[in-house]
Amino acid sequence: MSDVTKTTLTRAELIEVYHQMVLIRRFEEKCKELYNARKIGGVYLHLYNGQEATGVGAIKALKPTDHVITAYRDHGIAIAKGADVKRLMAEMFGKRTGVSGGKGGSMHLADVNVRMWGGYAIVGGHLPLAAGIALKSKYNDDGEVVLCFIGDGATNNGYFHEALNLSAVWDLPVVWLIENNLYGMGTPVEVSSGQPELHKRAIAYGMKDFGRVDGMDFFAVYEVAQQAVEYARTSGPVLIEAITYRYEGHGVSDRIYMKRVEEMQTFQQRDPLVVMESKLRAMFPDIEPELAQVEPSVAAIVEEAVRFAEESPTPTAEDLTRNVYA
Amino acid sequence: MAEKNIPMREALRAALREEMIRDERVFVMGQEVGAWDGTHKVTRGFLDEFGARRVRDTPISEMAIAGAAVGAAMAGLRPVAEIMTINFAFLAFDALINHAAKVRYMFDGQFKVPMVVRAATGWGNQATATHSHTPEPIFAHFPGMYLGCPATPADAKGMLKAAIRDDNPVLFTEVIALYPKPGPVPDDPDFVLPIGKGDIKRAGEDVTIVTYGRGVEWSLDAAETLAREGVSCEVIDVRWLRPLDLPLIFQSFKKTNRCVIVEESLPFYSFGSEIAAQLQEHMFDYMDAPIKRVSAMDVPLPYAKEIELMALPDAHKVVAAVKEII
Ligand SMILES: Cc1ncc(C[n+]2csc(CCOP(=O)(O)OP(=O)(O)O)c2C)c(N)n1
Ligand SMILES: [Mg+2]
Repeated sequence: MSDVTKTTLTRAELIEVYHQMVLIRRFEEKCKELYNARKIGGVYLHLYNGQEATGVGAIKALKPTDHVITAYRDHGIAIAKGADVKRLMAEMFGKRTGVSGGKGGSMHLADVNVRMWGGYAIVGGHLPLAAGIALKSKYNDDGEVVLCFIGDGATNNGYFHEALNLSAVWDLPVVWLIENNLYGMGTPVEVSSGQPELHKRAIAYGMKDFGRVDGMDFFAVYEVAQQAVEYARTSGPVLIEAITYRYEGHGVSDRIYMKRVEEMQTFQQRDPLVVMESKLRAMFPDIEPELAQVEPSVAAIVEEAVRFAEESPTPTAEDLTRNVYA
Repeated sequence: MAEKNIPMREALRAALREEMIRDERVFVMGQEVGAWDGTHKVTRGFLDEFGARRVRDTPISEMAIAGAAVGAAMAGLRPVAEIMTINFAFLAFDALINHAAKVRYMFDGQFKVPMVVRAATGWGNQATATHSHTPEPIFAHFPGMYLGCPATPADAKGMLKAAIRDDNPVLFTEVIALYPKPGPVPDDPDFVLPIGKGDIKRAGEDVTIVTYGRGVEWSLDAAETLAREGVSCEVIDVRWLRPLDLPLIFQSFKKTNRCVIVEESLPFYSFGSEIAAQLQEHMFDYMDAPIKRVSAMDVPLPYAKEIELMALPDAHKVVAAVKEII
């Protein structure tokens, strides 16, 4: 358990963190609603509800010049890295003003301006890209770190092995962060991984193992991520495993199994937003007025994002053929 | 302009070396490219000259080699990755097709991917089924990545330089049988042949032979034989399968009204299929005879020399095909 009294973050920063976590939650809820209302299209919509503390905690440990890359469950990660919420929502709507011009969709959110290198929908496919981006930092000796999010399911394809091994032999500044939400689609970790303590894979690559962290607790994630980022910056790649939980189905349209309902209740007792809120109250007994402002502020941001998305133009025939080549 | 008579392997080596001297961001990575001097000796002496930062030996990790090249290119370096032979590029297929070729489009132009993947190609010499592929057309199928395959040492130098200087991903295949064959090569370090520009390797009047790579040699031999019998062949080396120089092919066809397509690769869904389809779509009014294709036979390549050669195209087969349509 992390010792919150030791945090170096200021009260204002902590409120901002909490605001971001609430924003992610409400953004995702809105996406679900709009998907069900068929305003957001596509076959896939993978929500980040439940995992907010992991994404926000880890990204908070980075400098703005550091890099983030992830898989298709990318909305929350993009928000945490500072991508424009309006343009993220516009991408959901397939609008021209979307971060990816309406061509990428929910699974492919990138914003080069904030060094969010994208969501990638081929399981494991972004791992060697992370290594390549880190190679740039190593090559130029610029001290930048890459934070790469990995699903538990993604630890079982060849990309994981090849990319982690390459990062180790080249001493690349990568923080590999496994978001173990217990499932890859419907398959539990114990069914798909011979060694279900996924962080132990680090040993096989001679890589620094940062162990398991409670991915529902912002402070716990932030603390270990800070150490990991610092280690990666100076000494090479590291592996962390955060235990977390997704509240929705794999995609919003997938059903949730009975077993998962009970499991979910256990996790929801440690809901990242609730945990954060109660810790803030314990740290700052007079914080209530600031907390009370968060929901209305978030609601306004989400509402404005939806309006922006709805009012934005759709891509044109010209857009269809643009940017195939440089 | 000064020229030297050097083998294709040396022409490639010169191109790569000159580009590394010209641009600090250019580096090579791949299996055995450093201490071993390169499987095909194209990077001979590079480790001593440029050091381990820019000459990077990799593990046997095709997915990671291609994927890390994508990430490094997106981040601003200009990787030239070597896949030992094209046979092993099947393991890198996802990284090349889903990532190298698509990230620019998918994120609507936020990233460039200035990378080159070099791979030795070609069958024969009893290399057997798994080690005898010439699968260029498969890789050229997808928009977003260029594909070049030089037939002469001079082309090899000029085309590789163009590939390295271009901001798009390029798969560059090098015919193993042509590595030792010499030809005149300009010394000029700025000798660059534009991407997508084909070349008339022999001018003629009666039949157009469209080919690339090793097919150029067979086609020129056949044209020589046929010339003695009074048949004049125009041999077009497309050099690039993508972008394809259709105007050059059409211009020749308007003159000859006959076409034979020569490819070292397999006949189904092939280079030949594509050119034939393009001709009937756009040149139907100029067509005086059926289009002929000379390809490898539709079998995996066997070991025994006698039947291996039966399956492969050669100059005799080209001569026979031309005779069928004049
Ligand atoms: C190479 C590949 N195989 C299969 C799929 C289909 N698929 C999409 S997500 C997924 C599960 C991945 O689970 P995990 O890595 O744990 O991430 P999570 O969805 O839990 O965030 C699968 C099998 C895919 N997209 N890519
Ligand atoms: Mg999972």
